[in-house]
Amino acid sequence: MSTLIDGLSLGVIYALIALGYTMVYGIAKMLNFAHGDIIMVGAYSVFATLALCGLAFPAILVAVIVCVLLGISVERVAYRPLRGASPLAVLITAIGVSYLLQSIAQLIFGAKPRTVELFSFTPIRIGNSTISGASLLTLGVCIVIMAALTLFVNRTKTGHAMLAVSEDRGAAQLMGINVNRIIMLTFAIGSALAAFASVFYLLYIPSVNPTLGSMPGIKAFTAAVIGGIGSIPGAMIGGVLLGLIETICLRVPALAPFTTSIEFGLLIVILLFKPTGLLGKRRREKV
Amino acid sequence: MSEEIILRTDNLGISFGGLKAVQHVNLEIRKNEIYGLIGPNGAGKTTVFNMLTGVYLPTEGTFYLGDEELKGMRQDLINRKGIARTFQNIRLFNNMTVIRNVLVGLHNRPEFRCNPFESIFRLGHHFDNEEAMRNKAKELLSIFDLLEERNNLACNLPYGKQRKLEIARALATEPKLLLLDEPAAGMNPQETEELMETIRFIRDKFDMTILLIEHDMNLVSGICDRLTVLNFGTVLAQGNVTDVLHHPDVIKAYLGE
Repeated sequence: MSTLIDGLSLGVIYALIALGYTMVYGIAKMLNFAHGDIIMVGAYSVFATLALCGLAFPAILVAVIVCVLLGISVERVAYRPLRGASPLAVLITAIGVSYLLQSIAQLIFGAKPRTVELFSFTPIRIGNSTISGASLLTLGVCIVIMAALTLFVNRTKTGHAMLAVSEDRGAAQLMGINVNRIIMLTFAIGSALAAFASVFYLLYIPSVNPTLGSMPGIKAFTAAVIGGIGSIPGAMIGGVLLGLIETICLRVPALAPFTTSIEFGLLIVILLFKPTGLLGKRRREKV
Repeated sequence: MSEEIILRTDNLGISFGGLKAVQHVNLEIRKNEIYGLIGPNGAGKTTVFNMLTGVYLPTEGTFYLGDEELKGMRQDLINRKGIARTFQNIRLFNNMTVIRNVLVGLHNRPEFRCNPFESIFRLGHHFDNEEAMRNKAKELLSIFDLLEERNNLACNLPYGKQRKLEIARALATEPKLLLLDEPAAGMNPQETEELMETIRFIRDKFDMTILLIEHDMNLVSGICDRLTVLNFGTVLAQGNVTDVLHHPDVIKAYLGE
């Protein structure tokens, strides 16, 4: 029971991050490898605000604002000038941005890991199993966030415009949709999700360092690919699946040392049988 | 036909590197006119469309919609000013339903503004808005005989209907000028006949001005009021249909020496 809840809650954190990857890929058609480092920036924002005022909720708010502004500016400064450039150039730029953010964080805060005490939770007992309060909170809030995102994309005009841009950017533009605005909004939403992910990640591992974003970033990217990159429900399913597998493996002593290998192995197996991921759509080419 | 000029191009031209793809194109399209742009393959017809919709920035000359110069504007703004188009190779939003394709076209009309909060929670104003938008979309779909298929995915429509849906989507943006890029491509004579009827109907019903690129001479001589023939990026002849089609240079370009 507690393994299930912990696994699900780790899974929804991955899903939040994976949503950022998948939305940016679907709409801007690029892999934003700096996405993981947005989480790191979010975590340091929480750390810095806590150090200044000691209050948790302003810290979360600051993290979200800082991440959204950072996401928008990175898109504006680094990616927009490369719109229409070869995908490889954009990819290299994204990796460059990633190292830039890590180095800046290291300059400001140093390479030493810092501890962050955000909330303290008392475990909840149900029957004879204990459930961590942090996991329950994570699970609840993330489900609400994902539901809101799904409703936003499927019900609002802006959401439909996002879908239209992901289907055919040129045609969408000629139907009067401002593509730059939609892409900026995508980065803003992705970064806000990353900020929330950073808060929950700190509940899970209460320490920050400049490379904090890489591992969850890569795992969430894996989750997005497993689910079918570009697909919003795919990212959610992929994230939850990966979180569950990681938690279960860590609790079985024989499997624990191989956890990461098993996760990435799963990616290979799924791609062998479904090259577009679980919910990915096969692109039909007309000949 | 009135004398009011909807679209005017002034020495419009573009070169890619040293290659002069299109040069010295002067068009004057009057309100309510169906105007044809024809020419052999590679003559630069679609390039002209791409300049008029802001996909390419002209390197020479400029163009006006009514009195307003649109050169250099962003594509989405040109669309809002009143130029909409279809594509030579169909570019629908394939994984959206037929009606959703048209609804996306309706988005920017000022009468359908609605804030996201109301849409997510489906509050009062949203319903009126959604209702009005859907009615408008259905009206457009019924003109093109697509009402039955409105909940199918666009990619599952047969070819001829996909072409019609593209026109419906373009009309949804409420243009002053509609650009059709080879609307009859791949259609059989029966479908082409119907399409001609539809284009005339659109002109009359929406008080529309239409500029079309076409290869099908039956369609061109059947519905166009005036023509411009492009060859190697320059204007070979322009004027009314019979004069242009009997112009010796035009016959030479199409049939060879």
